[in-house]
Amino acid sequence: MSDIEDRVRKIVVEHLNVEADKVTEKASFMDDLGADSLDQVELVMAFEEEFGVEIPDDAAESIQTFGDAVAFLTKATA
Amino acid sequence: MTLRRVVVTGLGIVSPLGVGHETVWSNILASKSGAQRVTDFEVDDLACQIACRIPLGDTADGKFNPDDWMDIKEQRKVDPFILFGMAAATQALRDSGYEPKTLEQQERAGVLIGSGIGGIGGIYEASLTLRDKGPRRISPFFIPGRLINLVSGYVSIEHGLKGPNHSVVTACSTGAHAIGDAARLIALDDADVMVAGGAESPVNRLSLAGFAACRALSTGFNDTPEKASRPYDKDRDGFVMGEGAGIVVLEEYEHAKARGAHIYGEVIGYGLSGDAHHITAPAEDGNGGFRSMSAAVKRAGITPAEIDYINAHGTSTPLGDEIELGAVTRLLGDAANNMVMSSTKSAVGHLLGAAGAIEAIFSLLAIRDNVAPPTINLDNPSIQTAINLAPHKPVQKEINIALSNSFGFGGTNASLIFSRVG
Repeated sequence: MSDIEDRVRKIVVEHLNVEADKVTEKASFMDDLGADSLDQVELVMAFEEEFGVEIPDDAAESIQTFGDAVAFLTKATA
Repeated sequence: MTLRRVVVTGLGIVSPLGVGHETVWSNILASKSGAQRVTDFEVDDLACQIACRIPLGDTADGKFNPDDWMDIKEQRKVDPFILFGMAAATQALRDSGYEPKTLEQQERAGVLIGSGIGGIGGIYEASLTLRDKGPRRISPFFIPGRLINLVSGYVSIEHGLKGPNHSVVTACSTGAHAIGDAARLIALDDADVMVAGGAESPVNRLSLAGFAACRALSTGFNDTPEKASRPYDKDRDGFVMGEGAGIVVLEEYEHAKARGAHIYGEVIGYGLSGDAHHITAPAEDGNGGFRSMSAAVKRAGITPAEIDYINAHGTSTPLGDEIELGAVTRLLGDAANNMVMSSTKSAVGHLLGAAGAIEAIFSLLAIRDNVAPPTINLDNPSIQTAINLAPHKPVQKEINIALSNSFGFGGTNASLIFSRVG
């Protein structure tokens, strides 16, 4: 498990108050982890803060699952 | 149009003297104080360094455990006043035993909870974030978690209350106006049940600095906080801020009777007035308070002499206490000799927008138990009066009718009158 995965999972667990083992690669923030549209905006902000990157709105919309987030942030911080 | 009768069937409190109305009431009757030195943020440079704080701990011990009242994920999104309001509303609904089940019942049950200054703490924090980190770091929950009417919003969502969803903002009269206005919604047949009251979380550096600048806060008792709130006493020098929420369940009388609900009392009178005088100071002649009390007495169809107990606004400010006392004396005339009037702010502090609501609850419990709660710290009254101000100890007395006053910045006044039922 990569360092990026760990950091993203920690943020998701904290913000959505879910069990860490529910945060799987395919887990959708809205469909599986109980997020609403505002939670989703806040999650993206938390990712930006943690990784020191800027995630434009169109890119943010494509981040729907935990796997999407890890993939995006891995690329953005490479 | 005939007005329907409105009764109170549920009580909920989060306060510096505990959580749950029985705990708080027994602490009030035991003459305890909720005031303490503020320790969770820097106060050394503030004129007022004290406040009445909610005791944290187990719900079973009458203390406050946020996790028992609101989902952890939701707690993070809101200012504490919303959390306190949720806790008090859930208590009040449980106490009433009412839970709307059908859609029709849901649509006849509403919420009217206000706050004096709402999410001022969160607004302060977010403004620092905006300055230091820029607009992209402002949370999407910043606005909905600070709006005053979001207590009503959250409570309606949690309990499925689809009737009138409303809120009040009238500074320190908020809680009383919320209960009075909600009672009218029931009286006018807009709803059968209303969850009503006030919630406030004002204890932060910005509020302490702001209210001190208005010369409203006590500043001379930073080393003896429990002595600071002393309404009517000659050494009083301002109010002590408190945090928490008071919420009641109001219900149409026949609706409550039909389901065998416990009835604490009936809302028989509600009066409102404006001073049209000054933004923070009450009019010297007490005319505003006199007119709100007179209007409530008229609406109740009683004479002032029939009132058994008055829960005063009595904030412990040099100006306000005597002006209110003067207005009450004028209202009562000869009946002043038999009156007991006390300020529970001496014990629990001034909960601003929640004050009128928790004091309505104390008035109802005074009726239930035939006891007037004390004005603690009243060692030397600053003025002679025929009215018994219940210094230090509660006063046993038959209480069938109680009046509660609330006066706020902007010159906004509200008086509520409750009576025993049956």
